[in-house]
Amino acid sequence: MELRLTDTQYRVIIGNCYDGLPNESCGLLVGPTVDGVPTGVVTEARPAVNADASARTYSVASKDMLRAMRSAEEHSCEIVGVWHSHTHTDPFPSPTDVRTSVDPSWMYVIVSLKHGAPMLRAYNIANDTITELSVAIVRD
Amino acid sequence: MAVDVKIPTVLRAQADGQASISVDGETVGLVFDQLITKFPGLRPNLIGDDGGMHKFVNVYVNDDDIRFLDKLDTKLEAGDTVTILPAVAGGAL
Repeated sequence: MELRLTDTQYRVIIGNCYDGLPNESCGLLVGPTVDGVPTGVVTEARPAVNADASARTYSVASKDMLRAMRSAEEHSCEIVGVWHSHTHTDPFPSPTDVRTSVDPSWMYVIVSLKHGAPMLRAYNIANDTITELSVAIVRD
Repeated sequence: MAVDVKIPTVLRAQADGQASISVDGETVGLVFDQLITKFPGLRPNLIGDDGGMHKFVNVYVNDDDIRFLDKLDTKLEAGDTVTILPAVAGGAL
């Protein structure tokens, strides 16, 4: 599977990650599925509150989950993934990310702010196995 | 008295693939009992070891988080929507 983000969605995600500094930031991806499996297309990138307000962990505020689920339902879509930032580490799932991963079909996007330029990577995490996904940034 | 229960994608395999289920019950706990009777595979995802709500789910009645109401004893009215949400968390730690 390939994660396809529009220019605008990409900018929303990166902007959200910088806005949250010094804490980790997070948000939800909404998009279509076929037989319950995301297609890779994202229709909405929805910034969420990091309820942990922490530089080392994140929890998507449950109210933001509720809003995203409703929005997805209105558009015959689903929540298909989540993004969060790693402020001082590489864009690779941590043991915490693997242990707490929710849905094996989801796309897990990690944005590292460790270096000068942000690095965005995407993964599937299923049964403790991490698989990197290709990412395409497409014009709006 | 029926309420509508919304099931998140990750739990639908344990609920016969359904996204929304109409269940009878006067409290969230009683609705969960009905759901678990129908779909026993949901139990470990909804109920924690202490018999209370599992810490990895959040449950809303309409717009309200039941942790700030009466948790599983939260009363329901006909037409209410109960939404089950996975807790989404992680981080660099």
